[in-house]
Amino acid sequence: MNIYVLMKRTFDTEEKIIIRDGEVDKEGAEFIINPYDEYAIEEAIVLREAHGGEVTVITVGDEDAQKELRTALAMGADKAVLINLEELEGPDHFTISEAISSWLADKDVDIILGGNVAVDDGAGQVASRVAEKLGINQVTTITELTIEDETVKIERDVEGDIEKIETTLPLLVTCQQGLNEPRYPSLPGIMKAKKKPLANVGVNELEMNEKELTAKTKTIDRFLPPPKAKGKILEGDIDQQVNELVHLLKNEAKVI
Amino acid sequence: MNFELTNEQTMVRDMVRDFAQQEVAPKAQELDRSAHFPEETFHKMGEMGLLGIPFPEKYGGAGADNISYMLAVKEIGRACGGTGLSYAAAVSLGASPIYYYGTEAQKEKYLVPITSGETLGAFALTEPNAGSDAGGTETKAILKDGHYVINGEKCWTTNAQYSKTVIVTAVTGRDSQGKNIISALIVPTDAKGFTIRNPYDKMGVRASNTCELILENVRVPAENLLGDPKSGFKQFLFTLDGGRISIAALAIGIAEGAYEKAKRYAQERKQFGKRIVNFQAIQFKLADMAMEIELALNMVLKAAWLKDNRKPFTKESAYAKLFASEMATRTCNQAIQIHGGYGYMREYGVERMLRDAKLMEIGEGTSEIQRLVIARQIGCDSL
Repeated sequence: MNIYVLMKRTFDTEEKIIIRDGEVDKEGAEFIINPYDEYAIEEAIVLREAHGGEVTVITVGDEDAQKELRTALAMGADKAVLINLEELEGPDHFTISEAISSWLADKDVDIILGGNVAVDDGAGQVASRVAEKLGINQVTTITELTIEDETVKIERDVEGDIEKIETTLPLLVTCQQGLNEPRYPSLPGIMKAKKKPLANVGVNELEMNEKELTAKTKTIDRFLPPPKAKGKILEGDIDQQVNELVHLLKNEAKVI
Repeated sequence: MNFELTNEQTMVRDMVRDFAQQEVAPKAQELDRSAHFPEETFHKMGEMGLLGIPFPEKYGGAGADNISYMLAVKEIGRACGGTGLSYAAAVSLGASPIYYYGTEAQKEKYLVPITSGETLGAFALTEPNAGSDAGGTETKAILKDGHYVINGEKCWTTNAQYSKTVIVTAVTGRDSQGKNIISALIVPTDAKGFTIRNPYDKMGVRASNTCELILENVRVPAENLLGDPKSGFKQFLFTLDGGRISIAALAIGIAEGAYEKAKRYAQERKQFGKRIVNFQAIQFKLADMAMEIELALNMVLKAAWLKDNRKPFTKESAYAKLFASEMATRTCNQAIQIHGGYGYMREYGVERMLRDAKLMEIGEGTSEIQRLVIARQIGCDSL
């Protein structure tokens, strides 16, 4: 089975994030594999263990992303591909998905797994766009996956409910929390990762035209949410408090 | 000169940090209270290959270097000093002597089960009457009809109850100057006449399994002799040199844990209308802690690097152990001070770290012995 994983290197949103001149300060940030993509990597390895084949992890990023690719290799992936779009100006979800699709175009794909969303921008765009571009089935936010021959049985999370779906390969899925428990890379895995192939692919190696290389969106600014203002505790008896609250909601917050 | 960790070293550190914070740290408080050995954690560590980090793949290891191993010890220690101690002892004292001095057959039989996590390993050196003066070992092993018959008593042996074999040092004869010849023997823990108990109620590192060993006419085949029969003493000096780096790494882990708790607390705690981290009295403490941790870590990495590059590291490992252990006690003590009254309460977890750290100044050679080692290394004996 030819298994592909789309992985993103993101900053750890649980650590402190500093924004300087509209960019996340890379010096201070901790970088990790997008947690939803970890589910995708784990599921890919589980699939390979059950059905054989090969797991290839793909990311779009700069040289630094090699670290996360090596981690995926240490977890058990077989190959890694770094698509480097550094030459492009402000690649967005569109250009990134075009680049991935273009690389995948001549590959014999059985299944592609990605995270449901990335924790940094929460867009959930790239994987779906890739499926669309490649013209294959896609199911998002999956929490269970069983493959028997060409038949794929899936459970997906729909706002807390479960939807059961049957579909066929080739297929793209995006992984939701609950699908599995990602493994820790083992020590021998870390040592072996060094010897596994990691390919660097530049823009010029992809067959992409001008239109596909041009981003459709522009990032105007990045900023942190305003710090939480101090709360106000109303005083007096209940009637007074209710009056005060209504007054504040009307005149200060202007929401009613 | 390059101070950067390699990709693999960073990955090992991050992986062990993740594991330790998720699987070890949440249990630390309870393990300390109950003095319970976390067998389950060691099974997981075995599965992940943590128990064989610095040994070649052909002996079930991961084939990583000592720097990676030290980073792993530090991360486990940051989460739980007791778990960290048993971990460091299993690798540095239980497995290392077999790797360095064992025959191929011994490595196959005794090292692989340790590196694969099937069992822990232990090294029984200390005796009730032979502590720092290991030359005063009283346990005797007499070779008779192809078997050693061992009699004696060992104390404070880490991990023995969870090990299938223990390396026991014993007097096997006298040299031409009448000095004891000390050898090391691999003794199966289920051997007849071998009693292992853990009667100790320790101040700290309470999750670690600490044992008393009694050997009464324990018979092991002559082939269980580890390494050169005449150089048992030299062998364990080398073993201890390596062990010291790991104790230093463990001390740094404990200190880091205490420093991070103190820093977080100082950022939250308000007194006199300010967060206490804004007071210089607190800032200076945190500055000292951060600096000392970094200095100790540099020394540990250097000692481990020397070992990895097969250069002498006796002096550097003593430097690392002495400085890191005393630093850890200072740091944990100041971490409690920053917490004030709360720090004195078990609930806050920093008092445990001080109790754990104190052992680092004692185990695998007291601070006094480290100074003695250093003094010899800088040539004081010949002045």
